[in-house]
Amino acid sequence: MRKAKKEKRIKRLSIVFCLLVYLFLFLPIFVVVSNSFNATTTKPYLSWKGFTFDWYVKLWDNSALLESFGNTIIIALASTILATIIGTLGAVGIYRYKFKGKGIINGLLYIPVVIPEIVIGIALLTIFTNANVPRGMLTLILSHVSFSVPYVIFNVRARLSGYDKSIEEASMDLGANRVVTFFEITLPVLMPGIAGGALLAFTLSIDDVIISYFVNGQTKTYPLKVMESIKSGVSPDVNALSTLVLVGTIVLVYITQSGILSGKHNKI
Amino acid sequence: MKNMSKHDLKSNTIPAVVTVGPVALLLLLLVLAPLILVTVMSLCQTDEFYNVVYRFTLVNYSKLLSPDYIKIYGQSLLIAFITTLICVLIGYPFSYVIARTKSKKRQLFYMLVIIPFWTNSLIRIYGWRTFLGSSGWLNKLLMAMGVAAEPIELLYKTGTTVLGMVYCFIPFMVLPLYTAIEKLDASLLEASSDLGARPVKTLFEVILPLTSSGLFSGCIMVFIPCLGYFFVSNILGGGNTDMIGNLIERQFKSANNWPLGAALSIILIVVTLILVKIYQKLGGDMDSLGV
Repeated sequence: MRKAKKEKRIKRLSIVFCLLVYLFLFLPIFVVVSNSFNATTTKPYLSWKGFTFDWYVKLWDNSALLESFGNTIIIALASTILATIIGTLGAVGIYRYKFKGKGIINGLLYIPVVIPEIVIGIALLTIFTNANVPRGMLTLILSHVSFSVPYVIFNVRARLSGYDKSIEEASMDLGANRVVTFFEITLPVLMPGIAGGALLAFTLSIDDVIISYFVNGQTKTYPLKVMESIKSGVSPDVNALSTLVLVGTIVLVYITQSGILSGKHNKI
Repeated sequence: MKNMSKHDLKSNTIPAVVTVGPVALLLLLLVLAPLILVTVMSLCQTDEFYNVVYRFTLVNYSKLLSPDYIKIYGQSLLIAFITTLICVLIGYPFSYVIARTKSKKRQLFYMLVIIPFWTNSLIRIYGWRTFLGSSGWLNKLLMAMGVAAEPIELLYKTGTTVLGMVYCFIPFMVLPLYTAIEKLDASLLEASSDLGARPVKTLFEVILPLTSSGLFSGCIMVFIPCLGYFFVSNILGGGNTDMIGNLIERQFKSANNWPLGAALSIILIVVTLILVKIYQKLGGDMDSLGV
């Protein structure tokens, strides 16, 4: 009897604790969302001057902000596609074939994952400067590919470790060549790992601040635009855009996540 | 023999080059070469126009030993350590509760940890600054409650930077812990308690050892990046809580002494290598750091 009472108390306590953690996680988001409706018009836009939708309208006139957001989407899409192709091929190749230097490649893959981003950022800046590569869209995309490829490889590799090679042999025995087998057999089996890796690459790219900050040149991404505006006070239209992005990603991920989850059940 | 090697070429060499070639090229050109160049640059000088001159010197490394810098290294390690500790103390019980939830809502609880991170991290950190600022919600609340007569300065302190760091990195602690705790077999816990072990004993002798992999990878994924997150201490610490990351950023963006910045980066690389070695010694799996 006493034990049951004690258990109940612990349960209640743990629920309160978890709610406090969620409050901590969501608190700054409430601030961001509420400030997007703030009617204030004077810098640094901190005091509450009443409710308005104005910033959601004004947002469409802020061409610099919209352009930076467009850049972020272009870079994220381009780097995700490249990283997913390079990473998937690489994961399959490293897993399957024998070649010299495999250990070196495996070791190098961990570097972008464990080394602080700022070191990667300054290292890329240094190499681009020395190789006379003009900084901008191209260097941003290349940098994003280089830090997201390992994540794609790890995700695909996790999928490969439970992979039955004999179905490929069966495909080849039945007359399919290597390329057809790759597209018809290997790729569909690996799909959940590839999709997970791609989603991670995309997320890392759109949120990247530190590496982009060093290799961007004159090209502004959305996070860099936010960074620039922090000094003078972030204007509510930035908050409005963030709110729209948040709502957009929740909808988008809800759709894709249900797709990925249903794909997981078709495990071979 | 010749036939054999021809077969080998077609079944191994060509597909290996096609599949691994791109990633190998990428890693060599955009990971290995840049890091080698940084190491070389850390041994170089600058001319009077701040251009890097490739002439050997150890002057950057001797500058690393200046008392001002050493104070900042200490501060960085302290902030990263406290951040990791708080992440463990909050993250462990939290992950435990959500991972052991029996209801179908577990997936939702997990997603609720990730959702905040779809909003740009800078703007969320700025959200904290707004919240804690002198005209922020917290000060308004404190004043309305009569706790404070006038706004309290909550920003620009070590604690504020730690708060921002904990905020940024707690999911990196929660996610590996969640994975490790979810795998925990409930019958082991029952067995432990049936055999008369008190909950505390079960925690230290069953639960913690079985979830240590998640705990170790969480600590690595919090402590190391924390050292380089210069924008958190910029926004919340206002220059009072500089870390190694801030020193490096300044050398590359305003002070224009790239060789010195490179030497400072070498410190971060060395710290990373040491911690990763310890992590591997403790039996940590490198792949679990990236998934």
